[in-house]
Amino acid sequence: MRAGVAIRLVVLALLIAFVASPQTFAFVFQPLTRNGQPAIYLQNGLLNLTLSHLAIVAVATVASTLVAVGLAIAVTRPFGAEFLPLSRTLANVGQTFPPVAVLALAVPLLGFGTAPTLVALFLYGLLPIFENALTGLTTLPPAVTEAARGVGMTEGQRLVGVDLPLATPVILAGIRLSVVISIATATIGSTVAASTLGEVILAGLLSSNLAFVAQGGLVVAVIAVLIYDGLSALERLLAHRTGQGAR
Amino acid sequence: MSAVVAAAPRRIAVDKLGVFIAGLAVIAACLPLVAFRANRIVPGEGLSLLAALPGWQAALLALTLAAGIGLALLRTPVPVRLAASLVVLAALWLAAGAAASHLTPADDKLARVSPGSGFWLLLLAFALLAADGIARLRLGPWPRIAVLLAVASALALLLASGLWRDLSILREYSTRAESFWREAATHVVLAFGSLAAATLAGIPIGIACHRKRALRTAVLNVLNAVQTIPSIALFGLLIAPLAWVAANVPGAALLGISGIGAAPAMVALVAYSLLPVVANTVVGLAGVPAATDEAARGMGMTDWQRLTAVQLPLAFPVILAGIRIVLVQNIGLATIAALIGGGGFGVFVFQGIGQTAMDLVLLGAAPTVALAFAAAVVLDAIIELSAIREPGRD
Amino acid sequence: MIEIDALSKEYSGQRVVDRVSFNVAEGEIAVVVGTSGSGKTTLLRMINRLIEPTAGTVRIEGEDIGAIPAHLLRRRIGYVIQGHGLFPHRTVAQNVGTVPALLGWDRARIDRRTDELLVLFQLDPAEFRDRLPGELSGGQQQRVGVARALAAEPKLLLMDEPFGALDPIIRAKAQSDLVAIQKRFGTTIVLVTHDMEEAIQLGTRIAVMEQGRLQQYAPPAEIIAGPANPVVAELIGGDRPFRLLALGRVRDLVEPGPAAGEPVAADASLREAYAECLWSGREVLPVIDADGRSLGRIRRDDIAHRAEKPQ
Repeated sequence: MRAGVAIRLVVLALLIAFVASPQTFAFVFQPLTRNGQPAIYLQNGLLNLTLSHLAIVAVATVASTLVAVGLAIAVTRPFGAEFLPLSRTLANVGQTFPPVAVLALAVPLLGFGTAPTLVALFLYGLLPIFENALTGLTTLPPAVTEAARGVGMTEGQRLVGVDLPLATPVILAGIRLSVVISIATATIGSTVAASTLGEVILAGLLSSNLAFVAQGGLVVAVIAVLIYDGLSALERLLAHRTGQGAR
Repeated sequence: MSAVVAAAPRRIAVDKLGVFIAGLAVIAACLPLVAFRANRIVPGEGLSLLAALPGWQAALLALTLAAGIGLALLRTPVPVRLAASLVVLAALWLAAGAAASHLTPADDKLARVSPGSGFWLLLLAFALLAADGIARLRLGPWPRIAVLLAVASALALLLASGLWRDLSILREYSTRAESFWREAATHVVLAFGSLAAATLAGIPIGIACHRKRALRTAVLNVLNAVQTIPSIALFGLLIAPLAWVAANVPGAALLGISGIGAAPAMVALVAYSLLPVVANTVVGLAGVPAATDEAARGMGMTDWQRLTAVQLPLAFPVILAGIRIVLVQNIGLATIAALIGGGGFGVFVFQGIGQTAMDLVLLGAAPTVALAFAAAVVLDAIIELSAIREPGRD
Repeated sequence: MIEIDALSKEYSGQRVVDRVSFNVAEGEIAVVVGTSGSGKTTLLRMINRLIEPTAGTVRIEGEDIGAIPAHLLRRRIGYVIQGHGLFPHRTVAQNVGTVPALLGWDRARIDRRTDELLVLFQLDPAEFRDRLPGELSGGQQQRVGVARALAAEPKLLLMDEPFGALDPIIRAKAQSDLVAIQKRFGTTIVLVTHDMEEAIQLGTRIAVMEQGRLQQYAPPAEIIAGPANPVVAELIGGDRPFRLLALGRVRDLVEPGPAAGEPVAADASLREAYAECLWSGREVLPVIDADGRSLGRIRRDDIAHRAEKPQ
């Protein structure tokens, strides 16, 4: 375990160093270039693109989480119960839509740029979070919910004090899935002129510069794996803290 | 506490979901039904229901919509609601084609009529109603496949009849019919070919992982990491190694291996597909009841006999669930192959984005979504059928 | 304390509880016993309004519970369920302090009460207050569950198969702990079980339920001696003489006179004394009190006479 943490820290340090000062690493990518092509993509600054990429993913994920958890709470209360079967079906069917299609179809409504990417990420990101929140809120241990009613908690107190904390690890797993998909979709977002790391890869593909493709691909891949890993660790910690380590 | 009297039934019961759908439909009916453009690039002009259709057709559609909204609002039996939603959906589809024919001047090859926001919103509203109906009916696997086939044949009939001939998406199609079917074939080969390769490789890897704990952790961790890498990054990262292989391994180029094109896309799709197949094989095998396995051993079955006669058949539904995830995922991911010259429906999507021609985007996106959706329905049905036959009861 | 009057519950036309009436006096343990599906749990859950009755009333200390908001009512009543239902994400201390916190007690008072209860249930506060329920044994979880129910000093405690998930040895200990604590606080208890042995051992009175109806409501001795109908007799089973003996104490049958051999305690049950007679082959046993002083003797025939079918 110790070695695993060390490897992650080294990778993270390398990532930060590369993004902050890509020229230092030019020698690594030089062999991939032909006919004097530049080895490092300098157009918009790797650091800017990385931050913008992460910001788009973060904003979309926060919005999806708030809306998806809110909807899941609504359809699991008595007044929203009529929407439960439909919402389950929608979450299921919605995920058969390829994220690229969602992205492309957002363009006619919002034009080019960051906006359609943000909307596509938000919409697609809702589904896994909603599905997991629904699972988390509908599979609570019955003895615990019974006890919560029995000790005289009001509906609101049960939701905040018992239901949501117990569902948190499952909801977090949904957020993790959603983030991974969002990072990937944001990368493709540069085809509709969103400012993300996909820009580097696309520039490389258009100019047949393998160095660009490789550095863009590497940065995105490392970011995705590190974030996934970090969220998994957080999830395990929370599952343990909520006494559901074995669940 | 005195006797609680049940609330008296209200005279007219209103359906909550129906209120939502009716609201959506009413708003949608006020939005433009179709958009008319003099050619495919210029901004369009939205036309309302009344302006888009000849008088009697407009009246008929308006009546159908009103009836549909009414039936959705009231708490009517589920089959009635489902039928109503299907009728409205069919009317909408027909109306879109009719509006296109009505609005396009004769012999005008440049004019484009495409469905407008009102059309899409109406479609959404009544598709929701239909989905709710289907969810509440809890149809079995065979009826679900039957519904899918019915919808697919209706769509095919509509396309063949020429009613949609003047709709913008079909105008895009007519100018590139040949490349459409070529890319469709590529798309299917990418999605299904990678699935086949991943299944053939993944199940044995899963069996090995099931038996060796150390192997399991390592393999699953690596595959998990691969799965998190964004597709375009993985496609891109494979270009350099494959270019090297093509240049340095004799005969590789003859086999069609090259840096760009279908090869890196195929490799990446197989890599993505391995995790669900391997992970579900491991989970499926781990779920075989210990007593069943013990009984098989006690009857003198060899390792191989136990694997083929007991463990794999019992793990089959779970493995199948992995295959379903892979297929739906790959149908979507294959669109991205177009970015590295790998072909598929993505070609139209990205061309369309490049030319800001949304009809072209639709020409790529619509069949992808339809294919993914159909694959999900069919495989879900197969999974359910295979699970019913499972002997384990508890 | 509790007056249950013609209480009924219907589910889609079927009566799972059918016009049940009985009273429980302050400080008593009323045990509701019946097979699964007899309506006993539904009856219990109507007392804290986890289920709303179809008809009938429940009054607690003269107050109609229908008039009290359900969540406020439940905070006044302790509730223990099978499988304890501890909140897995909250520590032992937070679990025990749940109702006091809901009632808005101040921090210091909650802490004091929590520690007091943990000590009472033989869980060292220093060791246990900050543990999560998942880190406790089954018996410890059960004790925390009861402590949680008693935290806000309720006058009434409802228990639904509270010992159902315990193994026999821990179960016996938990039962005697409950009796001790009930004596100490004077809490009125309504306890549901399917186990007649448990009902006889714990109950001041036993309510026998079958098919939604109250078959008999009486002290244990009366139920064993005179079952109201064949359904009750069936539930009590074949070893009624021994169940009767288990209820009597040696003290009740002591007579002056000498006897030889190992003595029995005056507080032992007649069943234990009879067993000792048979095992050692003696007609009479010497009886001593808790301090070891001789009180006289007890005769085997007198004990046997006690086990005869009452007229």
